[in-house]
Amino acid sequence: MGKKKVFMNKVITVGNLVKKFGSFTANDDLNFDVYEGEIFGFLGANGAGKTTTLRILSGLSKPTSGKVMVAGFDANSQAEQIKKNIGYMCQKFSLYEDLTAKENIMLYGGIYGMTLSLIRERTTELMERLDFREYANRLISELPLGLKQKLAFSVAILHEPKIVFLDEPTGGVDPITRRQFWEMIYETAQRRITVFVTTHYMDEAEYCDRVSIMSEGKIVAIDTPAELKRKYNAESVEEVFVKIARPVNNQPHPPASSPRGEG
Amino acid sequence: MNRFLGFVKKEFLHIFRDYRTLIILFGIPAAQILIFGYVVSTDIKKAGVAILDLSGDETTQKLSDKICSSDFFHLTENLLTYNDIDRVLKKGKTKAVIVFGENFGRNLVSEGKARMSIIADGSEPNAATLVTNYITAIVTGFNQDLAGVPAMNGPRIVPVVRMFYNPSLKGHFMFVPGVITLILILICALMTSVTITREKEFGTMEVLLVSPLRPLQIILGKVMPYFFLSLINVIIILLLSWLVFGLPVKGSLVLLMAESMLYILMSLSLGILISTVSKTMQQAIFISLVGMMLPTILLSGFIFPIENMPGIYRYASVIIPPRFFIVIIKSIMIKGTGFIYVWKETLVLVVMTAIFIGLSIRKFKIRLQ
Repeated sequence: MGKKKVFMNKVITVGNLVKKFGSFTANDDLNFDVYEGEIFGFLGANGAGKTTTLRILSGLSKPTSGKVMVAGFDANSQAEQIKKNIGYMCQKFSLYEDLTAKENIMLYGGIYGMTLSLIRERTTELMERLDFREYANRLISELPLGLKQKLAFSVAILHEPKIVFLDEPTGGVDPITRRQFWEMIYETAQRRITVFVTTHYMDEAEYCDRVSIMSEGKIVAIDTPAELKRKYNAESVEEVFVKIARPVNNQPHPPASSPRGEG
Repeated sequence: MNRFLGFVKKEFLHIFRDYRTLIILFGIPAAQILIFGYVVSTDIKKAGVAILDLSGDETTQKLSDKICSSDFFHLTENLLTYNDIDRVLKKGKTKAVIVFGENFGRNLVSEGKARMSIIADGSEPNAATLVTNYITAIVTGFNQDLAGVPAMNGPRIVPVVRMFYNPSLKGHFMFVPGVITLILILICALMTSVTITREKEFGTMEVLLVSPLRPLQIILGKVMPYFFLSLINVIIILLLSWLVFGLPVKGSLVLLMAESMLYILMSLSLGILISTVSKTMQQAIFISLVGMMLPTILLSGFIFPIENMPGIYRYASVIIPPRFFIVIIKSIMIKGTGFIYVWKETLVLVVMTAIFIGLSIRKFKIRLQ
């Protein structure tokens, strides 16, 4: 960790992205790039519009206007191509509890169009790396939470995508497991897979190469954690977040009821 | 294609790993058929009758014997006075009392006509109607025996009752098509809506949508196993009703299976539609069970004939898909009619299927935006 990395190739470019639902603007003129092998933290309060952006980047939803390129493909017209080149893991575990670890791997490998021999090869490799062999034929529901999560992440990158999207991947997990999980994220980034992660844990934001902070549909800050702390004269990313994600006028927000929650 | 097959395989694994799903899929249909066939059957088996014979001649003796020796009735008591009637009916074991008046025999000989009374226990209206119908049917037969051949001038006691299509008055005949109709729509709609909302609730739906699988493939993959299992269900039910109740399929088996496939398809697309409007499994179960079961039982003609319904219910029944399938399956199974007699109902089902699929696709697209 902390080793200086050089980023050259853009894998995500977002230019003037606007997404509206009726009269509500969920994403208001977003502009940012993400590089190959980068760990990019995508922060924002609930209802800030993160989920909307994530859905557009992963080919689930189309921008109202603006140019979005993911893994070399246009989100407006090539959603299917994007889907083949990304991995996705969400807060709720994306594995089937009533299937075994192996069956889950086979299923996702198959869905991503991997050949049987390739799936087998990667499975063996994966089991070795995670020290997982004894669990291979156990149902997911029998596994401890930490293992499930590691496996879910491994499955999300089984097909060696260019980018993996992690939507609050560590919600409800103990600190030790979280720590181990972030080690996996680092390993992945070293294999030149870009990690795009949303989180509510500000200590995790410190681990990212760069973070962006969203508020009310706009990106209000984007930089390395160190630079952000320097700029906003703060001790931690958390302090930065509190300073800018909440407007300066100290009036408490009315109970936020955006037309679309984080769903 | 490999993507799709792997996905279908996973769906089968879900079904076979969950014994509750298996019970719902196969246990309930078999149980329903047996329960409806045996318990709720409208057959009469050994119903108790009492006889008050004040005439006491050869004819009344013969007629009493004929009634009581049939499989439908057995004699509970021979009464002596009218006062006993109330007492014996109140006991509950006797469903009806047959009364021959003092002058019965004499009237029959001198006038060629005689009256007998059947006094039934009206507290169970259905049973009472059935019992009286059966007795009158037996009496009619007896009249013919008496006259040798059906003759205009022969002694007449009661009007003729005739049964079309179901001469032996077997109640199972009416229930098997109804049960198939009810079970298929319940299981198909319930199972598909639950299996799809389950993915939503567990968050795996998001992952599937982000994957290269197309939405149509996801839906098809989830629904296909249920299509095959429901077909197997139809076969099981038909076999059960044949082996246990001796009910054959009079019409074309191929036509029956084809119509069943259409109906299954319709029910599955209804299930998909339900899944697009419900967020949780509970919601899906609630809509499927309450929204399907009651209307199907009450308004489809399964138990209560549509012709007897008040106007507004008769019109309401038109939007209930089982109503049409029940007509189709009854025609094929019991009357043995061909496609030309059921094409209208078939067309209605085709249109309904198209509407459900169309609505689901629209809903699904809105969700994806």
